[in-house]
Amino acid sequence: MNWTRKDLLGLEELTKEEIEFIISTAESFKEVQTREIKKVPALRGKTVVNLFYEPSTRTRVSFEVAAKRLSADVINIATETSSVKKGETLIDTGLNIQALKADVIVVRHNYSGAAVMLAKHLDISIVNAGDGWHEHPTQALLDILTLKEKLGRVSGLNVSIVGDIAHSRVARSNIWGLTKLGANVTVCAPAMLVPPAIEKLGVRVAKNIDDALRQADAVNVLRMQFERDDENAFPKQLDYFKNFGITKERLLKAKKNIVVMHPGPLNRGIEMSSDVADGPNSVILEQVTNGIAVRMAVLFLVAQARDNSDQEKL
Amino acid sequence: MQEKAKILDKEGVERIILRIAHEILEKNKGTNGLALVGIRNRGAYLAKRLAEAIKKIENEKVLVGILDITLYRDDLTLISQQPVVHKTEIDFDITGKNVVLVDDVLYTGRTIRASLDALIDLGRPKTIQLAVLVDRGHRELPIRADYAGKNIPTSQNETVEVRLSETDGKDEVVIVEK
Amino acid sequence: MRILIKDGRLVDPANKINQVLDILTEDNKIFRIGRRIDAKTDITIDAGGKVVMPGIVDMHIHLREPGREDKETIFSGTKSALKGGVTSVLAMPNTSPCIDTPEGVRILKGLIAKSAQANVFISAAISKNRLGKVLTDAVKLKKEGVVALTDDGSSVSDPQTLLRAFKKAKEQKTLIICHSEDHALSNNGSINLGLMSTRLGLKGIPRESEYKIVQRDIELAEKAKARVHIAHVSCKESVNIISRAKRRGVAVTAETAPHYFALTEEELSGYDTNLKMKPPLRTKEDMEAIRKGLKEGTIDVIASDHAPHTENEKDIEFDRAEFGVIGLETELAVSITELLHPGLLDWPELVEKLCFNPAKILGLNKGTLSVGRDADIVIVSPDKEWVVQKEEIVSKSRNSPFLNRKLKGAALYTICGGKIVYEAA
Repeated sequence: MNWTRKDLLGLEELTKEEIEFIISTAESFKEVQTREIKKVPALRGKTVVNLFYEPSTRTRVSFEVAAKRLSADVINIATETSSVKKGETLIDTGLNIQALKADVIVVRHNYSGAAVMLAKHLDISIVNAGDGWHEHPTQALLDILTLKEKLGRVSGLNVSIVGDIAHSRVARSNIWGLTKLGANVTVCAPAMLVPPAIEKLGVRVAKNIDDALRQADAVNVLRMQFERDDENAFPKQLDYFKNFGITKERLLKAKKNIVVMHPGPLNRGIEMSSDVADGPNSVILEQVTNGIAVRMAVLFLVAQARDNSDQEKL
Repeated sequence: MQEKAKILDKEGVERIILRIAHEILEKNKGTNGLALVGIRNRGAYLAKRLAEAIKKIENEKVLVGILDITLYRDDLTLISQQPVVHKTEIDFDITGKNVVLVDDVLYTGRTIRASLDALIDLGRPKTIQLAVLVDRGHRELPIRADYAGKNIPTSQNETVEVRLSETDGKDEVVIVEK
Repeated sequence: MRILIKDGRLVDPANKINQVLDILTEDNKIFRIGRRIDAKTDITIDAGGKVVMPGIVDMHIHLREPGREDKETIFSGTKSALKGGVTSVLAMPNTSPCIDTPEGVRILKGLIAKSAQANVFISAAISKNRLGKVLTDAVKLKKEGVVALTDDGSSVSDPQTLLRAFKKAKEQKTLIICHSEDHALSNNGSINLGLMSTRLGLKGIPRESEYKIVQRDIELAEKAKARVHIAHVSCKESVNIISRAKRRGVAVTAETAPHYFALTEEELSGYDTNLKMKPPLRTKEDMEAIRKGLKEGTIDVIASDHAPHTENEKDIEFDRAEFGVIGLETELAVSITELLHPGLLDWPELVEKLCFNPAKILGLNKGTLSVGRDADIVIVSPDKEWVVQKEEIVSKSRNSPFLNRKLKGAALYTICGGKIVYEAA
């Protein structure tokens, strides 16, 4: 397989083979991280711009570490310090970054479709680091890499996603990625937070949390953003924990080796109890490590694909 | 692409591997502190074969590793097919070792340059030596082989193809005209 | 000035004409219709193989003047209309300022007299500033020549207020056009609530926000025994509600726009803001229901809901982009491509939806080719293929949902008031 995409905008548009290719490339990059010198010169001389319209320390840092380990130069632009507040449009900001001769923009934006729009207007590579409720492809890829490492495969696995499905880009990207790779995906959320027609994406909606956990090989627990509940759709925090929280007691009824994932940052005592988060089933920290490898793979692939397409134009 | 001449057959390849194994042992005075590192793809198989030959001669196991240099190449933008990044598999510490880099063809020297960078990022070997099956000339960098199976003078519009049973189904070396 | 159009197929359902005939205009009127007219003329047009129909009456467009001349002006909007074979338009009152007083109407009439290139009819708001609180003066507005009242862009949310508006309109014999939307339900949504809103992670607009208010508006009109026209019908439930109301004798008429019978929400996968409008594109099932509604006569009118917006308002994040698309230049071609060629409507039916019915609903002496009427005529090539290209758009704005699409059918000549005002290149 030959990677030809200059952008990574979401997993919906990728084929199974493309997803597997990113994962296998990421596996190679994991080896780099076991070395004493964790840096390779693959993107030497390239500039990666992290353009973040939403505060997100962990994703931004993960991309920054990934880019630096590829020897790229990294520039971070956050809303607080940019001209965004002065009313510059996203496209204008993108065009300005392109004029600086940057090679890749990693964009995080609170509006769905922002990365797609940038990619349409710019020639340089765009990597979606999360757009609104739409997609967060690198998060799903690192979840998939983690699952594959822990369970040896993805195809045929029963994976449950629990939490605010309606407003979650992590959920959407995971649904696309996992179903394309042949996993059986179940979603579980308070009724107000199950988006319409979700079954048409090839997932099952669980009746309740025990139903979601019963057959699950893995459970991906989403962050509940109570602070952003502008539709009054959320239950009270304690009710949420009571009805959907992952606890040791609930895991006793699940498969013994169930893998528990969380994209972070974790709300202890709301999404899961501390004993689960710190317990033997949790892979939360491995996810963070895998995040670097996945983002290295993605940055490397999109940057090379763009170089190659430039080459063809000559 | 047209096959112009067959330089080596199966036996020829075997004889060269045996000879280079002897030369490596002679120069390094045995297997102590010795490690073979093959450059993906065919160099990795040649390194394994060299290790087997050394085992037959000395009855000693020698350390073998595989180096993937994709991330160190300086010609990524010049090749149309994007190379696949594979793992480097060197599960021993190369610091203080006499490392023999193994590759199939020595040509411009750029692959070896990248390999040296990649290797040095992994540790500080005592020496790095280079073994190749074929040296076809046209160097662009000041690099030479310590062990060369065969010197084949070629023109720029020819390529040397090393075929190994592991990757190509049979052992042979041919000159192909572009 | 005399123009003779020879050998064209005349389609005029008002007079039950659908055959090859010649038509002669004199000054601004239709002078004669007949076989092989032989007369002294200034211009003779050979319309062999073409369709000759009345100029289109588009009863739902936004000219943006006064107030937003950067989006469209009366001049550019009517120019755009003529290119699309549209000779009469009904301008919506949601300009800045809103057309809600007799003085406002007078000012607007002055602007129209100065720069309109086609017939522009005026609608005024139902309520002051379209806020749904205080009713406008229907009597005086009528005297100034307003042909319909509408708060288009918003619904009159208080049923008591709307009921009073219907009662007053009934006395004045004025038409009320309802933009039926429950704003509390559509609350910040961008696209149809359903599979696509789930896939794209966009906030959805539930179909209930449309059809529940369509139902309510019809019931209020029924109670007041007034006429009501439902604007831009987009979902199948609305079609059913209107159909049932018609069967029980309510004086309800309805319109849809070409994008609702030509496009579905599935087109939205690339976040194209030129596909963002209200009501939103719905599902294939809704599109089929709209087509069926047109065929069966539940939907009387095709109108463009031409809503120009600048690129600054469209080339931004999907959620922030303005609602609305332009349509004057494509409505005829999209209707021919999507309804006529597939055999869903024949020429007389299409001319009814585009010309005769809207004129009748608004009480205008337009929409037919009767002798003595205004010479507003379009000569149409039913088979001319063309691609909607940004650079060729006449409107000041470029927000067409049909950009880069191939359409079949185009106006070759548009004659308005007895003058050739548009001729295809």
